[in-house]
Amino acid sequence: MIVIVDYGMGNLESVRNALAAIGCRSEISADASALKNCTALVLPGVGAFGDAMKNLRATGLDRILSEQVLSRRKPFLGICLGLQLLAEKGFEHGENAGLGWIKGEVVRLPETTSENPILRIPHIGWNDVHLSPSSPLSQGLKASSAFYFVHSYCFNVENADVVSGWCEYGLRFPAIIESDNISATQFHPEKSHKDGLKLLRNWAAKNCLC
Amino acid sequence: MLKKRLIPILLLKNGLLVRSEDFRIHQIIGNPINEVQRFNEWNVDELIYLDISREESQLAQREDHKIKLSSNPLEILGAVSKTCFMPLTWGGRIRSIEDIKARIRGGADKVTLNTGALENPALITEGARLYGRQAMVLSIDARLEGKEFRVYSHGGKNPAGRDLVSWAREGELCGAGEILLQSIDRDGKGTGYDLDMIHAVSFAVSIPVIACSGVGRFEHYAAGIEAGASAVAAANIWHFKELSDRLGKKALQKAGVDVRI
Repeated sequence: MIVIVDYGMGNLESVRNALAAIGCRSEISADASALKNCTALVLPGVGAFGDAMKNLRATGLDRILSEQVLSRRKPFLGICLGLQLLAEKGFEHGENAGLGWIKGEVVRLPETTSENPILRIPHIGWNDVHLSPSSPLSQGLKASSAFYFVHSYCFNVENADVVSGWCEYGLRFPAIIESDNISATQFHPEKSHKDGLKLLRNWAAKNCLC
Repeated sequence: MLKKRLIPILLLKNGLLVRSEDFRIHQIIGNPINEVQRFNEWNVDELIYLDISREESQLAQREDHKIKLSSNPLEILGAVSKTCFMPLTWGGRIRSIEDIKARIRGGADKVTLNTGALENPALITEGARLYGRQAMVLSIDARLEGKEFRVYSHGGKNPAGRDLVSWAREGELCGAGEILLQSIDRDGKGTGYDLDMIHAVSFAVSIPVIACSGVGRFEHYAAGIEAGASAVAAANIWHFKELSDRLGKKALQKAGVDVRI
Protein backbone atom coordinates (compact mmCIF):
# COMPACT_ATOMS: atom_id res chain seq x y z
CA MET A 1 0.00 0.00 0.00
CA ILE A 2 1.22 3.46 -0.95
CA VAL A 3 0.58 6.16 1.63
CA ILE A 4 -0.16 9.71 0.50
CA VAL A 5 1.00 11.80 3.41
CA ASP A 6 -1.77 14.02 4.76
CA TYR A 7 -0.31 17.07 6.44
CA GLY A 8 -3.09 19.52 5.70
CA MET A 9 -1.68 20.91 2.47
CA GLY A 10 -4.03 20.95 -0.48
CA ASN A 11 -5.71 18.60 -2.87
CA LEU A 12 -4.60 15.07 -2.00
CA GLU A 13 -7.61 13.32 -3.50
CA SER A 14 -6.39 13.99 -7.04
CA VAL A 15 -3.15 12.14 -6.32
CA ARG A 16 -5.11 9.13 -5.11
CA ASN A 17 -7.34 9.28 -8.20
CA ALA A 18 -4.28 9.33 -10.47
CA LEU A 19 -2.64 6.39 -8.66
CA ALA A 20 -5.92 4.48 -8.92
CA ALA A 21 -6.01 5.20 -12.66
CA ILE A 22 -2.64 3.44 -13.10
CA GLY A 23 -3.75 0.54 -10.94
CA CYS A 24 -2.02 1.42 -7.65
CA ARG A 25 -3.82 1.24 -4.35
CA SER A 26 -3.13 4.06 -1.98
CA GLU A 27 -4.49 5.65 1.14
CA ILE A 28 -4.36 9.20 2.41
CA SER A 29 -3.09 9.17 5.96
CA ALA A 30 -1.28 11.08 8.66
CA ASP A 31 -1.11 8.07 10.91
CA ALA A 32 2.37 7.08 12.13
CA SER A 33 1.67 3.34 11.93
CA ALA A 34 0.36 3.65 8.36
CA LEU A 35 3.58 5.42 7.38
CA LYS A 36 5.64 2.72 9.08
CA ASN A 37 3.76 -0.14 7.44
CA CYS A 38 3.44 1.20 3.90
CA THR A 39 5.53 0.14 0.90
CA ALA A 40 6.04 3.64 -0.51
CA LEU A 41 5.33 7.27 0.32
CA VAL A 42 3.98 10.17 -1.68
CA LEU A 43 4.33 13.71 -0.35
CA PRO A 44 2.16 16.02 -2.43
CA GLY A 45 1.17 19.51 -1.48
CA VAL A 46 0.53 23.05 -2.44
CA GLY A 47 0.89 26.01 -0.13
CA ALA A 48 3.67 27.73 1.70
CA PHE A 49 7.01 26.09 2.62
CA GLY A 50 7.03 27.40 6.19
CA ASP A 51 3.47 26.28 7.00
CA ALA A 52 4.15 22.86 5.51
CA MET A 53 7.28 22.29 7.59
CA LYS A 54 5.48 23.56 10.67
CA ASN A 55 2.69 21.04 10.08
CA LEU A 56 5.15 18.19 9.50
CA ARG A 57 7.09 19.03 12.66
CA ALA A 58 4.05 19.59 14.85
CA THR A 59 2.82 16.08 14.07
CA GLY A 60 6.27 14.45 14.18
CA LEU A 61 5.79 13.35 10.57
CA ASP A 62 9.16 14.89 9.60
CA ARG A 63 11.03 12.39 11.78
CA ILE A 64 8.94 9.44 10.65
CA LEU A 65 9.43 10.40 6.99
CA SER A 66 13.19 10.74 7.41
CA GLU A 67 13.38 7.39 9.16
CA GLN A 68 11.27 5.59 6.53
CA VAL A 69 12.94 7.19 3.50
CA LEU A 70 16.56 7.70 4.60
CA SER A 71 17.09 4.74 6.93
CA ARG A 72 14.57 2.21 5.65
CA ARG A 73 14.99 3.44 2.07
CA LYS A 74 11.34 3.25 1.08
CA PRO A 75 10.44 4.61 -2.37
CA PHE A 76 9.42 8.25 -2.05
CA LEU A 77 7.74 10.63 -4.46
CA GLY A 78 7.49 14.34 -3.70
CA ILE A 79 5.15 16.48 -5.81
CA CYS A 80 5.38 20.27 -6.16
CA LEU A 81 5.81 21.52 -2.58
CA GLY A 82 6.80 17.92 -1.80
CA LEU A 83 9.88 18.43 -3.99
CA GLN A 84 10.77 21.76 -2.41
CA LEU A 85 10.54 20.39 1.14
CA LEU A 86 13.50 18.09 0.39
CA ALA A 87 15.77 21.16 0.50
CA GLU A 88 17.88 22.26 3.45
CA LYS A 89 16.02 25.54 3.64
CA GLY A 90 13.40 27.67 1.95
CA PHE A 91 12.77 31.41 1.75
CA GLU A 92 8.99 31.60 1.37
CA HIS A 93 7.65 34.00 4.04
CA GLY A 94 11.00 34.09 5.85
CA GLU A 95 13.73 31.50 6.21
CA ASN A 96 12.65 27.99 7.23
CA ALA A 97 14.54 24.73 7.52
CA GLY A 98 13.36 21.95 5.19
CA LEU A 99 13.72 18.16 5.46
CA GLY A 100 17.30 18.56 4.24
CA TRP A 101 17.51 15.31 2.24
CA ILE A 102 18.84 17.03 -0.87
CA LYS A 103 21.44 19.81 -0.66
CA GLY A 104 20.28 23.25 -1.77
CA GLU A 105 17.80 26.03 -1.15
CA VAL A 106 14.32 26.98 -2.32
CA VAL A 107 14.26 30.47 -3.81
CA ARG A 108 11.67 32.67 -5.51
CA LEU A 109 11.41 32.61 -9.30
CA PRO A 110 12.65 35.85 -10.89
CA GLU A 111 9.98 38.43 -11.70
CA THR A 112 12.00 39.93 -14.48
CA THR A 113 14.98 39.00 -16.70
CA SER A 114 16.82 40.85 -19.43
CA GLU A 115 14.85 39.04 -22.18
CA ASN A 116 11.54 39.15 -20.32
CA PRO A 117 10.68 42.43 -18.60
CA ILE A 118 7.58 40.91 -16.98
CA LEU A 119 7.51 37.30 -15.85
CA ARG A 120 4.15 36.58 -14.31
CA ILE A 121 4.38 34.81 -10.98
CA PRO A 122 3.08 32.20 -10.11
CA HIS A 123 4.48 30.18 -12.99
CA ILE A 124 1.18 28.57 -14.00
CA GLY A 125 0.55 26.30 -16.94
CA TRP A 126 2.10 23.75 -19.27
CA ASN A 127 5.82 24.05 -19.80
CA ASP A 128 8.38 21.85 -21.52
CA VAL A 129 10.56 19.59 -19.42
CA HIS A 130 13.83 18.40 -20.89
CA LEU A 131 14.16 14.85 -19.69
CA SER A 132 17.33 12.92 -19.15
CA PRO A 133 16.95 9.82 -21.37
CA SER A 134 18.57 7.53 -18.82
CA SER A 135 16.11 8.40 -16.07
CA PRO A 136 13.75 5.58 -15.09
CA LEU A 137 10.93 8.12 -14.77
CA SER A 138 11.22 9.36 -18.33
CA GLN A 139 11.00 6.00 -20.10
CA GLY A 140 8.53 6.14 -22.98
CA LEU A 141 8.25 9.92 -22.85
CA LYS A 142 9.53 12.35 -25.46
CA ALA A 143 12.85 14.07 -24.61
CA SER A 144 10.89 17.30 -24.30
CA SER A 145 7.43 16.80 -22.81
CA ALA A 146 4.98 19.36 -21.41
CA PHE A 147 3.76 19.07 -17.82
CA TYR A 148 1.54 21.24 -15.66
CA PHE A 149 3.32 23.60 -13.26
CA VAL A 150 1.97 25.89 -10.63
CA HIS A 151 4.51 27.44 -8.26
CA SER A 152 6.31 30.64 -7.33
CA TYR A 153 9.49 29.11 -5.89
CA CYS A 154 12.03 26.65 -7.23
CA PHE A 155 14.73 24.38 -5.86
CA ASN A 156 18.26 25.65 -6.43
CA VAL A 157 20.13 22.34 -5.98
CA GLU A 158 23.79 22.21 -5.03
CA ASN A 159 24.55 19.10 -7.04
CA ALA A 160 23.00 19.03 -10.53
CA ASP A 161 23.56 15.25 -10.77
CA VAL A 162 20.31 14.66 -8.90
CA VAL A 163 18.33 16.50 -11.59
CA SER A 164 16.84 14.34 -14.35
CA GLY A 165 14.49 16.93 -15.84
CA TRP A 166 14.95 20.66 -16.32
CA CYS A 167 12.46 23.40 -17.00
CA GLU A 168 12.92 27.05 -17.81
CA TYR A 169 11.01 30.09 -16.62
CA GLY A 170 13.21 33.10 -16.16
CA LEU A 171 15.90 30.67 -15.10
CA ARG A 172 16.64 26.98 -15.52
CA PHE A 173 15.31 25.02 -12.56
CA PRO A 174 14.91 21.35 -11.61
CA ALA A 175 11.61 19.84 -12.71
CA ILE A 176 12.50 16.28 -11.69
CA ILE A 177 14.88 15.15 -8.96
CA GLU A 178 16.01 11.56 -8.59
CA SER A 179 18.42 10.31 -6.00
CA ASP A 180 18.33 6.60 -5.11
CA ASN A 181 14.91 5.88 -3.62
CA ILE A 182 13.94 9.58 -3.61
CA SER A 183 12.05 10.97 -6.61
CA ALA A 184 10.30 14.31 -6.89
CA THR A 185 8.65 16.52 -9.47
CA GLN A 186 8.10 20.28 -9.38
CA PHE A 187 5.15 19.86 -11.75
CA HIS A 188 1.95 17.95 -11.06
CA PRO A 189 2.03 14.54 -12.79
CA GLU A 190 -1.47 13.84 -11.46
CA LYS A 191 -2.68 16.89 -13.42
CA SER A 192 -0.61 16.37 -16.57
CA HIS A 193 -2.89 14.05 -18.51
CA LYS A 194 -1.39 11.00 -20.21
CA ASP A 195 2.27 12.03 -19.88
CA GLY A 196 1.77 12.66 -16.18
CA LEU A 197 0.14 9.28 -15.66
CA LYS A 198 2.95 7.68 -17.68
CA LEU A 199 5.52 9.23 -15.36
CA LEU A 200 3.63 7.96 -12.32
CA ARG A 201 3.45 4.52 -13.91
CA ASN A 202 7.24 4.64 -14.47
CA TRP A 203 7.77 5.53 -10.81
CA ALA A 204 5.52 2.68 -9.72
CA ALA A 205 7.23 0.24 -12.11
CA LYS A 206 10.72 1.28 -10.98
CA ASN A 207 9.74 0.48 -7.42
CA CYS A 208 7.57 -2.58 -8.21
CA LEU A 209 4.54 -0.97 -6.57
CA CYS A 210 1.70 -2.28 -8.70
CA MET B 1 8.67 27.67 -22.99
CA LEU B 2 5.52 28.28 -20.98
CA LYS B 3 2.53 27.63 -23.24
CA LYS B 4 -0.53 29.82 -23.50
CA ARG B 5 -3.53 27.92 -22.19
CA LEU B 6 -6.89 27.25 -23.81
CA ILE B 7 -9.57 26.61 -21.21
CA PRO B 8 -13.19 25.43 -21.46
CA ILE B 9 -15.54 26.90 -18.88
CA LEU B 10 -18.50 24.78 -17.87
CA LEU B 11 -21.48 26.57 -16.38
CA LEU B 12 -23.46 24.59 -13.90
CA LYS B 13 -26.96 25.56 -12.92
CA ASN B 14 -29.05 23.46 -10.56
CA GLY B 15 -27.03 20.38 -11.46
CA LEU B 16 -27.07 20.76 -15.22
CA LEU B 17 -24.72 22.32 -17.73
CA VAL B 18 -26.08 25.42 -19.38
CA ARG B 19 -25.10 27.92 -22.02
CA SER B 20 -25.33 31.53 -21.04
CA GLU B 21 -26.17 34.81 -22.73
CA ASP B 22 -26.10 38.25 -21.12
CA PHE B 23 -25.57 36.52 -17.78
CA ARG B 24 -29.37 36.04 -17.81
CA ILE B 25 -30.53 33.50 -20.34
CA HIS B 26 -29.53 29.96 -19.49
CA GLN B 27 -30.25 27.08 -21.77
CA ILE B 28 -29.72 23.51 -20.59
CA ILE B 29 -27.18 21.64 -22.70
CA GLY B 30 -25.96 18.62 -20.86
CA ASN B 31 -24.67 16.56 -18.05
CA PRO B 32 -21.69 17.84 -16.04
CA ILE B 33 -20.10 14.46 -15.41
CA ASN B 34 -20.26 13.10 -18.95
CA GLU B 35 -18.71 16.28 -20.22
CA VAL B 36 -15.50 16.00 -18.19
CA GLN B 37 -14.81 12.63 -19.77
CA ARG B 38 -14.99 14.17 -23.21
CA PHE B 39 -12.55 16.91 -22.18
CA ASN B 40 -10.21 14.33 -20.67
CA GLU B 41 -10.15 12.41 -23.93
CA TRP B 42 -9.49 15.63 -25.80
CA ASN B 43 -6.48 16.25 -23.55
CA VAL B 44 -7.51 19.86 -22.85
CA ASP B 45 -5.15 22.13 -20.86
CA GLU B 46 -7.37 22.80 -17.89
CA LEU B 47 -11.03 23.00 -16.82
CA ILE B 48 -13.09 25.63 -15.02
CA TYR B 49 -16.51 24.82 -13.54
CA LEU B 50 -18.67 27.71 -12.43
CA ASP B 51 -21.75 26.92 -10.40
CA ILE B 52 -24.16 29.73 -11.27
CA SER B 53 -27.20 28.33 -9.45
CA ARG B 54 -28.78 31.34 -7.81
CA GLU B 55 -30.70 29.86 -4.93
CA GLU B 56 -30.69 26.67 -2.93
CA SER B 57 -32.55 25.14 -5.75
CA GLN B 58 -34.62 22.23 -6.81
CA LEU B 59 -33.17 19.51 -8.92
CA ALA B 60 -33.58 20.28 -12.58
CA GLN B 61 -34.48 16.76 -13.58
CA ARG B 62 -34.85 16.02 -17.22
CA GLU B 63 -35.99 12.78 -18.71
CA ASP B 64 -33.41 12.84 -21.48
CA HIS B 65 -30.43 12.91 -19.14
CA LYS B 66 -30.19 9.28 -18.29
CA ILE B 67 -27.94 9.23 -15.28
CA LYS B 68 -29.17 10.31 -11.91
CA LEU B 69 -28.32 13.93 -11.43
CA SER B 70 -27.31 15.71 -8.32
CA SER B 71 -27.82 19.37 -7.70
CA ASN B 72 -25.31 19.31 -4.86
CA PRO B 73 -22.21 20.99 -6.28
CA LEU B 74 -19.88 19.09 -3.96
CA GLU B 75 -21.24 15.76 -5.19
CA ILE B 76 -20.73 16.86 -8.76
CA LEU B 77 -17.20 18.06 -7.93
CA GLY B 78 -16.39 14.70 -6.35
CA ALA B 79 -17.59 12.81 -9.42
CA VAL B 80 -15.84 15.15 -11.83
CA SER B 81 -12.50 15.06 -10.01
CA LYS B 82 -12.38 11.24 -10.14
CA THR B 83 -11.65 11.25 -13.85
CA CYS B 84 -10.12 14.67 -14.22
CA PHE B 85 -6.36 14.36 -14.76
CA MET B 86 -5.95 18.03 -15.50
CA PRO B 87 -6.11 21.15 -13.36
CA LEU B 88 -9.60 21.84 -12.12
CA THR B 89 -10.88 25.21 -10.94
CA TRP B 90 -14.20 25.41 -9.14
CA GLY B 91 -16.23 28.55 -8.58
CA GLY B 92 -19.64 29.77 -7.53
CA ARG B 93 -21.36 30.33 -4.20
CA ILE B 94 -18.09 30.41 -2.25
CA ARG B 95 -18.56 32.75 0.70
CA SER B 96 -16.47 31.40 3.55
CA ILE B 97 -13.16 29.71 4.28
CA GLU B 98 -15.18 26.54 4.97
CA ASP B 99 -16.57 26.73 1.43
CA ILE B 100 -13.01 27.01 0.09
CA LYS B 101 -11.77 24.09 2.18
CA ALA B 102 -14.68 21.88 1.10
CA ARG B 103 -13.92 22.45 -2.58
CA ILE B 104 -10.16 21.92 -2.32
CA ARG B 105 -10.71 18.78 -0.24
CA GLY B 106 -13.33 17.68 -2.72
CA GLY B 107 -10.80 17.59 -5.55
CA ALA B 108 -10.49 21.15 -6.88
CA ASP B 109 -6.97 22.47 -7.43
CA LYS B 110 -8.09 26.07 -7.38
CA VAL B 111 -11.18 27.94 -6.36
CA THR B 112 -12.47 31.07 -7.98
CA LEU B 113 -14.28 33.78 -6.02
CA ASN B 114 -16.28 36.69 -7.30
CA THR B 115 -19.05 38.04 -5.06
CA GLY B 116 -17.44 36.35 -2.04
CA ALA B 117 -14.22 38.29 -2.63
CA LEU B 118 -16.04 41.59 -3.17
CA GLU B 119 -17.95 41.14 0.06
CA ASN B 120 -14.87 40.10 1.97
CA PRO B 121 -11.48 40.56 0.26
CA ALA B 122 -9.76 39.03 3.30
CA LEU B 123 -11.21 35.68 2.19
CA ILE B 124 -8.72 35.67 -0.69
CA THR B 125 -5.90 36.37 1.74
CA GLU B 126 -7.00 33.61 4.09
CA GLY B 127 -7.37 31.10 1.25
CA ALA B 128 -3.93 32.01 -0.11
CA ARG B 129 -2.37 31.60 3.30
CA LEU B 130 -3.87 28.11 3.61
CA TYR B 131 -3.41 26.78 0.08
CA GLY B 132 -1.01 29.18 -1.62
CA ARG B 133 -1.94 32.02 -3.93
CA GLN B 134 -1.95 29.74 -6.98
CA ALA B 135 -5.10 28.15 -5.56
CA MET B 136 -7.00 31.45 -5.45
CA VAL B 137 -8.46 32.76 -8.69
CA LEU B 138 -10.21 36.11 -8.53
CA SER B 139 -13.13 36.15 -10.93
CA ILE B 140 -14.26 39.59 -12.06
CA ASP B 141 -17.39 40.47 -14.06
CA ALA B 142 -17.26 43.93 -15.58
CA ARG B 143 -18.87 46.19 -18.15
CA LEU B 144 -18.00 49.48 -19.77
CA GLU B 145 -19.88 52.44 -18.34
CA GLY B 146 -18.98 55.72 -19.94
CA LYS B 147 -15.21 55.57 -20.11
CA GLU B 148 -14.73 53.24 -17.16
CA PHE B 149 -14.92 49.52 -16.70
CA ARG B 150 -17.08 48.90 -13.63
CA VAL B 151 -17.29 45.75 -11.53
CA TYR B 152 -20.51 43.82 -10.88
CA SER B 153 -21.35 41.18 -8.27
CA HIS B 154 -24.02 38.49 -7.93
CA GLY B 155 -23.70 37.11 -11.43
CA GLY B 156 -23.57 40.49 -13.13
CA LYS B 157 -26.68 41.82 -11.36
CA ASN B 158 -25.44 44.32 -8.79
CA PRO B 159 -22.95 47.16 -9.27
CA ALA B 160 -20.10 46.57 -6.84
CA GLY B 161 -19.15 50.23 -6.72
CA ARG B 162 -15.63 49.51 -7.89
CA ASP B 163 -13.43 50.31 -10.82
CA LEU B 164 -12.12 47.24 -12.66
CA VAL B 165 -8.41 48.04 -12.72
CA SER B 166 -8.20 49.10 -9.09
CA TRP B 167 -10.14 45.99 -7.97
CA ALA B 168 -7.83 43.74 -10.01
CA ARG B 169 -4.80 45.35 -8.36
CA GLU B 170 -6.35 45.04 -4.92
CA GLY B 171 -7.15 41.38 -5.60
CA GLU B 172 -3.52 40.72 -6.50
CA LEU B 173 -2.36 42.43 -3.32
CA CYS B 174 -4.85 40.37 -1.29
CA GLY B 175 -3.27 37.18 -2.56
CA ALA B 176 -5.03 36.14 -5.77
CA GLY B 177 -2.82 34.03 -8.05
CA GLU B 178 -4.82 34.52 -11.24
CA ILE B 179 -7.65 36.66 -12.55
CA LEU B 180 -10.56 35.27 -14.54
CA LEU B 181 -11.94 38.24 -16.45
CA GLN B 182 -15.47 38.21 -17.83
CA SER B 183 -17.25 40.88 -19.82
CA ILE B 184 -20.97 40.99 -19.03
CA ASP B 185 -21.83 42.68 -22.33
CA ARG B 186 -19.93 40.15 -24.43
CA ASP B 187 -21.37 37.07 -22.71
CA GLY B 188 -22.88 34.75 -25.31
CA LYS B 189 -22.51 37.24 -28.16
CA GLY B 190 -19.79 35.51 -30.14
CA THR B 191 -18.37 38.81 -31.36
CA GLY B 192 -14.93 38.37 -29.81
CA TYR B 193 -13.27 39.37 -26.54
CA ASP B 194 -13.38 42.87 -25.10
CA LEU B 195 -9.73 43.52 -25.88
CA ASP B 196 -9.52 46.89 -24.14
CA MET B 197 -10.71 45.27 -20.95
CA ILE B 198 -8.15 42.44 -21.19
CA HIS B 199 -5.39 44.90 -21.99
CA ALA B 200 -6.26 47.19 -19.08
CA VAL B 201 -6.21 44.38 -16.51
CA SER B 202 -3.21 42.45 -17.91
CA PHE B 203 -1.00 45.49 -17.71
CA ALA B 204 -2.21 46.52 -14.28
CA VAL B 205 -1.30 43.23 -12.57
CA SER B 206 1.65 40.84 -12.70
CA ILE B 207 -0.35 37.64 -12.12
CA PRO B 208 -1.73 35.66 -15.09
CA VAL B 209 -5.04 36.82 -16.57
CA ILE B 210 -7.54 34.37 -18.09
CA ALA B 211 -9.65 36.10 -20.73
CA CYS B 212 -13.29 35.10 -21.14
CA SER B 213 -16.59 36.15 -22.75
CA GLY B 214 -17.35 36.73 -26.39
CA VAL B 215 -15.58 33.98 -28.33
CA GLY B 216 -17.68 33.00 -31.35
CA ARG B 217 -14.93 31.86 -33.69
CA PHE B 218 -11.65 30.08 -32.97
CA GLU B 219 -9.80 33.03 -34.52
CA HIS B 220 -10.94 35.19 -31.60
CA TYR B 221 -8.60 33.44 -29.15
CA ALA B 222 -5.33 34.84 -30.49
CA ALA B 223 -6.49 38.44 -30.06
CA GLY B 224 -7.01 37.77 -26.34
CA ILE B 225 -3.41 36.60 -26.03
CA GLU B 226 -2.16 39.60 -27.98
CA ALA B 227 -4.09 41.88 -25.63
CA GLY B 228 -2.06 40.46 -22.74
CA ALA B 229 -3.88 37.37 -21.44
CA SER B 230 -1.90 34.30 -20.32
CA ALA B 231 -4.82 32.00 -21.03
CA VAL B 232 -7.94 32.21 -23.15
CA ALA B 233 -11.20 30.71 -22.02
CA ALA B 234 -14.66 30.32 -23.45
CA ALA B 235 -17.85 28.47 -22.63
CA ASN B 236 -20.43 28.23 -25.39
CA ILE B 237 -18.10 27.49 -28.30
CA TRP B 238 -16.97 24.28 -26.61
CA HIS B 239 -20.47 22.86 -26.84
CA PHE B 240 -21.63 23.99 -30.23
CA LYS B 241 -18.64 23.40 -32.45
CA GLU B 242 -17.01 20.14 -33.42
CA LEU B 243 -13.37 19.46 -32.44
CA SER B 244 -13.36 22.61 -30.39
CA ASP B 245 -10.08 21.91 -28.62
CA ARG B 246 -8.04 20.90 -31.64
CA LEU B 247 -9.39 23.60 -33.91
CA GLY B 248 -8.98 26.24 -31.19
CA LYS B 249 -5.35 25.22 -30.65
CA LYS B 250 -4.71 25.16 -34.39
CA ALA B 251 -6.07 28.70 -34.76
CA LEU B 252 -3.80 29.88 -31.93
CA GLN B 253 -0.81 28.12 -33.43
CA LYS B 254 -1.50 29.62 -36.83
CA ALA B 255 -1.48 33.06 -35.22
CA GLY B 256 2.00 32.33 -33.83
CA VAL B 257 0.98 31.52 -30.25
CA ASP B 258 2.92 28.77 -28.47
CA VAL B 259 0.33 26.22 -27.31
CA ARG B 260 0.41 22.62 -26.17
CA ILE B 261 -0.71 20.46 -29.07
